[in-house]
Amino acid sequence: MGFELPLFYVFAAVAVVTSALVIGQRSPVYSVMLLIASFAALAGLYVLLDAPFVAVIQIIIYAGAILVLFLFVVMLLNAPKEAAPWERVAAGPRRAGAVLGVVLAGELAWALWHAALSREPAGGGQGMPAHAIDSVRAIGQVLYTDYAFAFEVTSLLILVAMVGAVVLAKRRV
Amino acid sequence: MPSITVIVQLGLVFAVFVLLLLSSAAMVYAERKVAAFIQQREGPNRVGPFGLLQPFADVIKLMFKEELRPGGADTVLFLMAPVISATAAIAAFAVVPFGAKTTFFGLLDQPITLQVADVNVAVLVVFAITSMSVYGIVLAGWSSNSKYSLLGGLRSASQMISYELPYGLTLASVLILANSLSLTDIVNRQEGYWLGFIPRWFVFVQPVGFLIFMIAGVAETNRAPFDFPEAEQELVAGYHTEYSSMAFAMFFLAEYINMVTVSAVATDLFLGGWHGPFLPASLGWIWFLIKISALLFFYIWMRWTLPRYRYDQLMQFGWKILLPLAVVNLLATAAGVILLGV
Repeated sequence: MGFELPLFYVFAAVAVVTSALVIGQRSPVYSVMLLIASFAALAGLYVLLDAPFVAVIQIIIYAGAILVLFLFVVMLLNAPKEAAPWERVAAGPRRAGAVLGVVLAGELAWALWHAALSREPAGGGQGMPAHAIDSVRAIGQVLYTDYAFAFEVTSLLILVAMVGAVVLAKRRV
Repeated sequence: MPSITVIVQLGLVFAVFVLLLLSSAAMVYAERKVAAFIQQREGPNRVGPFGLLQPFADVIKLMFKEELRPGGADTVLFLMAPVISATAAIAAFAVVPFGAKTTFFGLLDQPITLQVADVNVAVLVVFAITSMSVYGIVLAGWSSNSKYSLLGGLRSASQMISYELPYGLTLASVLILANSLSLTDIVNRQEGYWLGFIPRWFVFVQPVGFLIFMIAGVAETNRAPFDFPEAEQELVAGYHTEYSSMAFAMFFLAEYINMVTVSAVATDLFLGGWHGPFLPASLGWIWFLIKISALLFFYIWMRWTLPRYRYDQLMQFGWKILLPLAVVNLLATAAGVILLGV
């Protein structure tokens, strides 16, 4: 399996570079396209982790559905190229954003530090049988037994978002 | 020293690629001949015997056409769009099996399936890659910087998203029946007969599912009567209005290959793949070809028979009829599998 490591670096590099470029782009359509490239690289990483199901789901849901909607909205509004960022955001929100950014960076550093210290997999490693991630059957079993509550709550959240969208779009139903 | 299995696999990849390109040539010819037959004309009959060389004449003509690009177009995306379309179309076929396990007349030690890549989540891979093809069309529409193209691209995006839902739900009901995500397993589940003469094809268990799958497949490939992205009476040529020469040809290539892929997947999912009477298993690919050809003929037949829908009707039909029907079908399938314990 000598080719896994170089592949990992290729996918990781593509993911990082395209993600950075997403923010750097002025044209929203290019941003969306770069985000798709980033998701594709992530899917490649999942395949390397022996999780083809997660990889394919990543492509179907994010690249195939959500980003098409993004692109749809961007095209429909025909958003012009953005002006330089400092021209359109007021000072107050900019400072608040900076503070939030520092907090997020701190949290990420903390999480990485702890992940590096303990070799346990995320989530404590309980409830998931060995090699659960590579089998669709195992994912389904765990999702509908151990994590049934989280699963149902998520679907409720999505339903709330849908109701909200309908209410916003149609003032009088 | 690569083993003979690797060489055969590479040969298979190359063969599938060439056959897909040839299949789109054959589709161009078939479309024109069938259209002519339906309209009581002769169709192409000048180039070669029965006009059989017409597609190649078309390709040569397209190659020598001038490559045009509108002044206001976004160069990078304008050039990328047809490439995305064609790539997605060809790549989707990679996981579609089209024949039983074979050793190529004893050439190999281990029999291999006639398929480029045997992935255990093949059904989802096909679904994922075909959902990528919408980007080619949407980007073509946007980057051309033309009103007609943009409208075509927008229509295509909303149409493909809307019809992907019933498409995915019918896939799910077949998966419940087959209890597997691998297309090879799904085909092998359909081997044999009920009562000795009815083939165990899922189309007999899932008639509604098959219908929804085919309708959604037509909408996904932007074919008439759902060809809104390129409705010529309203949008000139829709998303590919500004394209010419080989870039235009790539969109057409993608459309025909997508039709072949949808038919191949429908054959694997509902029509028993390469299983059929009279022929030994090693010649199963002949059955596969026959079934695909029947579905493709149906596609062409429909295009030249039915008028185009109205756009709002298309959306109404997708969301208010097809999607609820697919949900009910999925629930009924799940309930049936639990109750009967199939």
